[in-house]
Amino acid sequence: MLRGMFGLLGLIVAWSLGTAAAEAHPHVWITARSEVVYAPDGAMTGVRHAWTFDDMFSTYALQGVATKTKGVYTREELAPLAQTNVESLKDFAYFTFAKADGKKAKFEEPVDYYLEYKDSALTLHFVLPLKAPATSKQLALEVFDPSYFIDFKFDDKDPIKLIGAPAACQMQFQRPNDETANTQRLNEQNFLNGDNSNYGAMFANKVTVNCP
Amino acid sequence: MRRMLPASLARSIAMTAAVIAAVVIFDAALHALMAQNPFGGPRPAAEPQVGGVIGWILAKQSEFYREMSATIRAAKSDGSAVWTLLGISFAYGIFHAAGPGHGKAVISSYLVANEETARRGIVLSFAAAFLQALVAVAIVAVFAWLLSSTAKTMCSAEKAIEIVSYALIAALGARLVWTKGGGFMRALQAKPELAMASATAHHHDHGHARAHHHHHDHGDHHGHGHDHDHGDAHVHDEHCGHSHGPTPDQLAGPGGWRRGLGTIFAVGMRPCSGAILVLVFSLAQGLFLAGIAATFVMGLGTAITVAAIAVIAVSAKGLAKRLSAGREGGGALVMRGIEFGAAGLVLLFGLGLLFGYLAAERATCL
Repeated sequence: MLRGMFGLLGLIVAWSLGTAAAEAHPHVWITARSEVVYAPDGAMTGVRHAWTFDDMFSTYALQGVATKTKGVYTREELAPLAQTNVESLKDFAYFTFAKADGKKAKFEEPVDYYLEYKDSALTLHFVLPLKAPATSKQLALEVFDPSYFIDFKFDDKDPIKLIGAPAACQMQFQRPNDETANTQRLNEQNFLNGDNSNYGAMFANKVTVNCP
Repeated sequence: MRRMLPASLARSIAMTAAVIAAVVIFDAALHALMAQNPFGGPRPAAEPQVGGVIGWILAKQSEFYREMSATIRAAKSDGSAVWTLLGISFAYGIFHAAGPGHGKAVISSYLVANEETARRGIVLSFAAAFLQALVAVAIVAVFAWLLSSTAKTMCSAEKAIEIVSYALIAALGARLVWTKGGGFMRALQAKPELAMASATAHHHDHGHARAHHHHHDHGDHHGHGHDHDHGDAHVHDEHCGHSHGPTPDQLAGPGGWRRGLGTIFAVGMRPCSGAILVLVFSLAQGLFLAGIAATFVMGLGTAITVAAIAVIAVSAKGLAKRLSAGREGGGALVMRGIEFGAAGLVLLFGLGLLFGYLAAERATCL
């Protein structure tokens, strides 16, 4: 009797905790194209992102932005919004996580950022320079939102490009729904145990560059 | 209990056994679901990314949400698409509330901490969801439609409301912990003999070995008119049993409803990010009214799910009450402990959300 009762109570508590611990479905969809940029000396210097937002979020973001011509937004008119975007992204580490030879590599604040409006979608362009250019043999890059508020999908065509990389470098790209992806799936187990703070990681897009 | 087994006792034992069986089956089913989805194991290509019941809920809400923008666009040229939009919004509300979210956790904990009925749980859920929809509409109407503010301004407003909402939840929790802590302490002190008879619920007949017969005649859930027939030194302390349980007229009267108002505000004042996005999008498409309707229908769906979960929580507590009543002496202690624990949870939710240890749905600020 008591066991059943405490089991039930445990379930309620677990449900409550589980339900409070995570954000579970994306509200924003980003179609990404990214470039891994190398310096002439072969060191990786940073990442150049082009993120296209879905039309609902694009519309939301454009709310209150004044334009000369209705429905046409110039780069200048969008500059304050781009500024807001990159400032906000700082809180989320730009959703870009890099490791050089297994060691976490940090990014500096974005440069060369601007917004583009085309086909009722906003595209945010920005460059994330690495704090210290990486000369490592292996570079791992992940793009995802840990809380999965934003869904990152890399473009079908040219998702990732290496720019100026040494010829020997080889790139591997893994989408989150790749069969090869060894991702942890969200189910009752990891949902109820409350340990889902980083559950967006299973929706990560993973890039690995090996330069022997 | 050896002497005779009254029919109602036999019935309650049978019922308890049935409920425990149901719990065990549910638990087993849960494990079976888990077993199907091992961590990181290889899996067939066609399977979706997330598994199990919760995975399915997440996939569904995501699907409905994505359909919304296309449907709003379609409604621009084809008025009948508004009906599709309402349908999708309703489904989205139901599924969205079944997924993660602090609202139902707070409401459920509040109900468990208090001596609340399922009916009040339903009313609270609907009121909170309605308020949530109302706040979303008000924010977009004022900031986007009247003031033509930017998304940044709207987001700041959302964040301010969010902080107030979390602080309110924490305050609500603190008050509950304060009041329930007293009951728990008294139950602790009253243990072992004193707390015995007072925590029983509903219709309950005890045939005790010592040949005295308790007849608890509870007409309704909150009627605490005990009809006890105590044979020996059996002190019935008003405080260890239903210390903070309101009387029926308190519950039905305005004071009783006012008590729930704090919960409704704490939970309902923070709008859903999805609703804000849908509203702004429909406003931009010139379909603000359709967006408002969709938001309220979404709230209706949310309310249904939250109410269902609230009813489960209240029933679970009722079950625990019946079960613990069979344990002589510890019954009141267990119940006060549960209430105290639930009160603590509300406080923890509030603090966790306020200080960012618990991730709630993010405000749309990019």
